[in-house]
Order: sequence, then structure tokens, then C-alpha cells
Amino acid sequence: MSSTIDIKYTADLARLELSAEQAEKLQSELARVVDYIAELAEVDVSGVEPTAHAAQLTNAWREDEAKSSFPREAMLANAPGIIHGELIQVPRVLPSEEE
Amino acid sequence: MDIKHATLHALSQELNSGAVSSLELCQEYLKNIDAKDGEIGAFLEIDREHMLQAAKDSDARRAAGKVLSAYDGIPVAVKDNICVKDERCSCASKLLAPVKSPYDATAICALKNQGMIPFGRLNMDEFAMGSSCENSAFQKTRNPLDTSRVPGGSSGGSAACVAADFAPVALGSDTGGSIRQPAAFCGVVGVKPTYGRVSRYGLVAFASSLDQIGPLCNDAEDAGIILDTISGFDPHDSTSLPNAAGGFADAARQGKASGSLAGLKFGLPKEYFTGGLDSAVAKVMDESIARIKALGGEVVDVSLPHTKYAVAVYYIIATAEASANLARFDGIRYGDRKKADGLVDTYYKSRGAGFGDEVKRRILLGTYVLSSGYYDAYYLRAQRVRTLIRRDFEEAFKQCDLLLTPVTAQPAFKFNEKSDPLQMYLSDIFTIALNLSGHCGISVPAGFDSATGMPVAAQIMAPALGEAAMLKAAAAFMK
Repeated sequence: MSSTIDIKYTADLARLELSAEQAEKLQSELARVVDYIAELAEVDVSGVEPTAHAAQLTNAWREDEAKSSFPREAMLANAPGIIHGELIQVPRVLPSEEE
Repeated sequence: MDIKHATLHALSQELNSGAVSSLELCQEYLKNIDAKDGEIGAFLEIDREHMLQAAKDSDARRAAGKVLSAYDGIPVAVKDNICVKDERCSCASKLLAPVKSPYDATAICALKNQGMIPFGRLNMDEFAMGSSCENSAFQKTRNPLDTSRVPGGSSGGSAACVAADFAPVALGSDTGGSIRQPAAFCGVVGVKPTYGRVSRYGLVAFASSLDQIGPLCNDAEDAGIILDTISGFDPHDSTSLPNAAGGFADAARQGKASGSLAGLKFGLPKEYFTGGLDSAVAKVMDESIARIKALGGEVVDVSLPHTKYAVAVYYIIATAEASANLARFDGIRYGDRKKADGLVDTYYKSRGAGFGDEVKRRILLGTYVLSSGYYDAYYLRAQRVRTLIRRDFEEAFKQCDLLLTPVTAQPAFKFNEKSDPLQMYLSDIFTIALNLSGHCGISVPAGFDSATGMPVAAQIMAPALGEAAMLKAAAAFMK
């Protein structure tokens, strides 16, 4: 297992802005953690099934019933920006035509 | 009215006999908070008006002979990652600072249905990531027993709150020891229930396959009372267990009444009793073993051979799940949005400014272990070793009824003592395997470090759904 971690690439995947100073600090801290977790390479896991969940539940079904949900205003109350009283305002996704 | 180390069951008697009203009780706790929380820093916020109104409502119910339970009117403090309707829920993060919960967590509903009064927002490590509360974006919480020391984490506010008599009980959450370790550091009782016992609906997710809500309190019976209240299947959480829950407080009462551990076999996993233990912890563990024998219990040596991999497995699985769970915090639908050019930059800036260093570290580590080319080597392999860790416990529980271990290798440490992230992660060694295996555990006060006077705890672990036996034994042990 490689113990290199490309902080810039990983931060891009996670959509995290890091200052140059932060990136440098995290690079060295995480390199050590990655070295540490790499010790799992020595465990013989052949034929061992992965555990995704501690509770060994499968197929937790529920009835397919229509139910009322939370009121719209309650769900919108935490939005950082609202327009037309009922829509969450978001920054521009596509460039404007002039650009 | 003496609230020092007051238990739910004692307060219940006071309330039901008319010796005290809920309003007087709540005011007494608030008075103590006003006097001492400036120094301790357990609470981020308290909605007093709401709390006192709930207390008046409870008193009206009692006057009308319509109490909802024997515990109607007792305040229960809440960690800042559990939703209480119309109260703030920030997870001690700048990113969620403006957010108020639109609904009650299922565990909170359950408390309210019994007339209990959830109140306050207890400090924690940001998004429950940490072992000292030093990762809160807002404030330090100090250990009430020695304010130069940390209260533990991530439920450090919850543990400090109970230890300082700011509430008889607090709810916390435990992903890798976040209830048991601060309980140990502050000398209170803390329970991590079996995975799936308590609904996670309304608990802000850190690592969904590991997180559990549980109580921090003054004795085993109180832990049982709270577990009786908040356990059980919840249609809102598809990982909650369908198994019947209850009888936990009764089990603790029986254990306390008998004061006997006769017929119980305690396993001592040899991997938990290595040279790395602080001498004070080693001494208290020796005393605990002697105590178990004196109370009629038997001890046997067992082995959990994959223990040494638990920290690595945990920091792969927990961070992987966290990186996915925290992807939703992007400043769009809620939280603190930073101004930027366009949508993607808004994500970068809001998350970059909103998350603290430890959260960033864990998101990056989790993103890395899940990223293309590394998934099999880290995440999938960790899940396989997790199976081996779970099997270790299942094998051990064939040879004994319960396990006895330390909670931490050392008593509460001082601020800034563990500034290296890896050292901080390694301090969770005795608590995290239980989250990986899904079994239940309790941290009980077991003695003191004679040099510093700080409390030292013992951990009793039980098989899945073994809370009743665990609480019964804990109550007998603590008597």
C-alpha cells in the first residue's frame, strides 16, 4: 500500500478550501496517520466477509404509504437565502450568456 | 433541595411526594449553572424560558394528577448534536452555528413523552470528532474535578454537566468511546448501548454504522431509567433493532439490592491489560478484579487478538463514513454560507471556513480511503478486519458473561497535552473496538488516582442486547 496522500487532489474531491499553510500541515499529519493505518496490510483477511454494519439486519422494509412530511416553511427556515418566499436561493450554476 | 449527585430515582420521589416542584428543581439547577458554568463551560446555550415553561407545565400535570411518568418534570441536558425542536443544533461547528432543529430526535420525543425536560446545548468536539472537547469551535469545557484538565470527549460537555451537578442526567453520543471516555474522566456513569438499541433519528450523523445515543448519569439505575425510555424500534431509523427493550432500571435495582456478582464470569481480555497502562489505572483495575471476586464473581483470562488493529480499522471506517455524511454540509440548504463566485466555489469556501482542523483532517482521510485506487486496500480491508474484531468478541463471550477492561490508559489529561492527532487517536484504544463490534458497554467509576485525585473508571462490556445483565452487574459493582 502506498502511504502517499495527495492533499490537493483529496481536498478537491471533498470540496474543501485549504490555505497553503493548512495543506502543508495536513499533508505531514495525515501522512503519519496513513502510515499507521497501513498496518492492516499484515492481517490475513482471505475468505473473511466485510462487516458494513454492527447490527446484522437485512432488508428493513416498511409499508409504502404516503405520509405528510414537515411543513415547507419549517424546512426553509434554516436556508441561508430564500427567494419568492419558497425557493432556496443558490449561487449561479451556469455562466451567464455574456461570459 | 440538595442536587449534589442527585439521581433520577431520588428526584422522582421528591417530586412525587411534593417536597419539591419541577419549577424549583429546574431553578436550582439553573442557579448552580449560573454560579459555576462560567468556569466549566459545559453549556453552549440554554433556552431558559422554554425550560421553565416546561417545568410549570409539569407541575400543572402533577397538581391535576396527570403525570406522564414517575420522572415527569426532571430536566435532562442534551449534547449539541441531538435535535431538540426549535433549539439550536450546531454540533459545536461554525458551519452549523445558525441552525435550529425543525424536529425532535426520537430519543428526545421519548423523554418528552415521559414528561422529562430536555434542555440546553452541551459542548462537544466539533461533529463529535475528538477526545477532549478541545475541538469545539466555540469554547473549552473544563473538567469540574480539576479545571486544568480536559473533561474528555466528544461528549465532554455532557460528562462535565453531570459531574458539576448542572443536571441529573445528560444525553451524549458514542461513536468510538465518546460517552464512556468523558464519563471516566469526570467520574460519572456512561453507557454505550448495543448498536441499534436507540434510534439515531435526529442525531447528526458522524459515522452511521458506529454512532449510538446514550446516557451520562450518577448511577446504574438512572442509566437504566433513561435506556428504558429511549430504547426500541423506530420506523424513522431502519438500523434500529426490532427486539423488545426494557427492564433495564429493574435489572439495575436488582443488582443494587443484591450487591452480589455470584454466578457471573468476567473475562479479562489480556490485550487490554498491557504495559501501556498508567500505574493509577493498573492499580484501580487490580482493585476492581479483587472487588468482583469479593462480591462472588469469577474472573477468567480471555483474548481479543485483533485489538491492536482496532484503532486503524476505526479511523478508516469512521472517517470514510464521516466524509460521506458531512458532504451534505455545503452551505446551500442550511448552515453558514460563504459568499463566492458560483456554486462550486461556494462549497469550497463554506466548508473551508465552516469546518475546524480536526473535521478537515477526518474528511480528508475518509475521502482518501474511499478514493479510486485505495478503496480495496483501506476501506474494504478495514471492513474485513472489523469482522475479525467482531468475531473476537463473540468468541470471548462464549467463555464469559461480561468483560472487564479499563476505559482509558490514563486519567483525564491536561489541556494541550495531546496536540498530535495520532496520539489523540491512539488514546481511544480501549473503547473503539466495542463500536466496531456493536456490543454494549458501560463506564463506571471504580477508584481514584492517589497522586492527583482524578477518577479512574472500569468498563464492563456485554454481548449484544445484554444491557440488563450489564446494568445489573454494574449496580452491584458500584454499591
